[in-house]
Amino acid sequence: MRRILIGLIAAVILIALIAAVLWTRTSGRPTQNASGTAVNPNKAIAASAASPPDDGNWTMPSKDYAATRFSALNQVTPANVVGLKVEFTFSTGTTEGFEAPPLVVNNTMYVVSPWPNNVFALDLTKPGAPPKWVYKPNPAAAAKGVACCGPVNRGASYWNGRLYLNLLDGNTVAVDAETGAEVWRTKLADIQKGETITMAPLVAEGKVLVGDSGGEMGVRGWLAALDAASGKLVWKAYSTGPDKDALIGSAYRAPYAQDQGRDLGVKSWPPEYWKIGGGTVWGWVSYDPSSKTIYYGTSNPGPWNQEQRPGDNKWTAGVFARDINTGQARWFYQSTPHDLYDHDDINEILLVDYPVGNGQRIPALIRPSRNGFFYVQDRRNGRVLSAKPYGYINVYKGVDLKTGRLIPVPGMEPVAGKVSRNICPASPGAKDWNPSAFSPVTGLVYIPHLNLCQDMGVKNANYIAGTPFVGADVKMYAGPGGNRGLFTAWDPVAQRKVFEIKEDLPLWSPALATAGGVVFYGTMDGWFKAIDARNGKLLWQFKTGSGIIGQPISYRGPDGRQYIAVPSGVGGWAGAIVSANLDARDPTGALGFNNAMKDLPKRVSAGGMVYVFALPK
Amino acid sequence: MSSHCRNSLAAMAALALLAGCDRENSDARGKPFGETIPSTSPDTVFPGGQKQVPLDPRLAAYGRNAFAIAQGQQLFGAMNCVGCHSHGGGGMGPALMDAEWRYGGRIDQIAQSISEGRPNGMPAWRGKLTDQQIWQLAAYVQSLSGQAPKDAVGSRAEELSNTPPQTQTKREPVLPSDSAQQ
Repeated sequence: MRRILIGLIAAVILIALIAAVLWTRTSGRPTQNASGTAVNPNKAIAASAASPPDDGNWTMPSKDYAATRFSALNQVTPANVVGLKVEFTFSTGTTEGFEAPPLVVNNTMYVVSPWPNNVFALDLTKPGAPPKWVYKPNPAAAAKGVACCGPVNRGASYWNGRLYLNLLDGNTVAVDAETGAEVWRTKLADIQKGETITMAPLVAEGKVLVGDSGGEMGVRGWLAALDAASGKLVWKAYSTGPDKDALIGSAYRAPYAQDQGRDLGVKSWPPEYWKIGGGTVWGWVSYDPSSKTIYYGTSNPGPWNQEQRPGDNKWTAGVFARDINTGQARWFYQSTPHDLYDHDDINEILLVDYPVGNGQRIPALIRPSRNGFFYVQDRRNGRVLSAKPYGYINVYKGVDLKTGRLIPVPGMEPVAGKVSRNICPASPGAKDWNPSAFSPVTGLVYIPHLNLCQDMGVKNANYIAGTPFVGADVKMYAGPGGNRGLFTAWDPVAQRKVFEIKEDLPLWSPALATAGGVVFYGTMDGWFKAIDARNGKLLWQFKTGSGIIGQPISYRGPDGRQYIAVPSGVGGWAGAIVSANLDARDPTGALGFNNAMKDLPKRVSAGGMVYVFALPK
Repeated sequence: MSSHCRNSLAAMAALALLAGCDRENSDARGKPFGETIPSTSPDTVFPGGQKQVPLDPRLAAYGRNAFAIAQGQQLFGAMNCVGCHSHGGGGMGPALMDAEWRYGGRIDQIAQSISEGRPNGMPAWRGKLTDQQIWQLAAYVQSLSGQAPKDAVGSRAEELSNTPPQTQTKREPVLPSDSAQQ
């Protein structure tokens, strides 16, 4: 009897303790910030200078300089999202991978197509949103042959009455947003050397920031700043080579010893290899206006065959912080020194004010990296506060927080003469280019990503300008569990997964978070999905014509309603098997992605259409 | 062993001997001979009627020659063709193991595509490779869709690629006019 009594008391105490813990976790006093969203001191919030109050427009692919992809519009909620209906659609006439988001500025929607990079301005005030103008830049067709992963374009940026976008053949253009007239065109990349441009430029402080693509072609990576008014080059910072080329000078302070030293961009390579070593800047740039600092990641080193480039291969596969006005580096952190598997570091970088206890916040950057770790870094100096795996990883043990260095699992490096099997994550990483979204309401990062592993064999790659410089045979397949995609809601403060949705196909579409508590993403077989931001419950879905790899957005229409728009058009690296009509019998096709996508051609066909949804009036 | 089996074995051996004549023909130790890239068209419609051009005898010489195909395979890797076309499945460039040929699937047409390039991204290799190398490459490319005799292609994949050997590649159909000309 006494034993039962003691047991009962213990149980009551335990329950009380759990309740107390839960209560303290959920009752962090909410306060109001400028944009009216509740702030919990235990949650990260978007860096305020980089994330101004939402005006209902969508002027850049990442929504704001903090790269939140968060819309403060809240008409669409978990309760009514089931009523979403198609308002209009628009076809680009293309069948290549459609990644660019529509932009909406002052009741005009701007749609950017994959190559040939046509821009359509649609009048949202008229029924059916008819085009106001069409801009056809006519980029060279030959550029398609040196674009590693489909002739995609990741979007334009609107700034002060102009649209800025990059053409596949290496040109950056400024277009008058009212008339569609080209204002200037600057050639930055050379397709003869295998350089293309697929990224969306970031425009800030009168500068257009543009980086090259071609990490699989033996190019030398760079990020350039053009004068937004004239298109003239202001600065260009290379990702390899001597410090003067990398704009590393007296202001540079690397957080860890491995990134300190003179001309590491030369010394960490075999002689002359830095000239063809990759480190391209084909992903995302974030910007903190309060410190005038840009943040961006660099791509994989080339060739993929690691045996040809002993050394850390700086400044590839890492993150740069630079002064936007001069381009001078403030710090660099190499996420993946001497990359073995094409683990680029070009993924999105979200700028947040990060709680560190006692009501204190520090300026941080948070990012789900391609190597599978979710990094939290002090963005003033680059120091890593935390790096936890958000996907399945068996080739790295972790990140040493003392030295900042990634710890590879020995024996997994691909060497000539054998096939390295079961490398997780595969070359596209735990997540590729498609950005996550951050909701300050839930404090969670919504990560659409991959669950792929691969076999890999390396061989000597010959450098021939304008041809691939890879030196690897790859064969990808689903990771543990058999699902190729994952949608993960990640708490960056607790550094843990809150919920996870298993998706059969790899997720190649970015996420969109909204203040109404609904999160959107698309699948490669064409489903556009709305889930509950709190628990991931599927609330609504719509089957679009092609597969979705494009960026969804939300905007306020001329009638005051909240609209959701998404491009549908499968392609890109993951979808090339459909858009480029590859042969599924060769597992090494599309740099090994073919093997993981054999079923896709039977499930979906190519296309290029924007779908726009709203709740009925 | 039954006599039937013996007979068919003998027949197979005779066939192998016959096929072997072309198959083994190589100039490995000779001087590179002067070769030319033919002027050929990928088209199949000729206004005013079918233009009858006799087929280049080199088509057959290269198309079933093990040495030429093996040399072509080596060049296919060394010249980074594999980076774009993979082991026939394609990637940056189109698949080469299927039945679709944008610019013609005969060896002379493929040689033209390699030599002169094509406007959607195929670089022009004229001047970088000898014409003979281009013929060899073309022979290998054509063999990717199973066109070459099985005794002329490699019985194991040379690379660490997980690709099945070419002897197992299914022969793809080619355009009727083209196959008639083979």
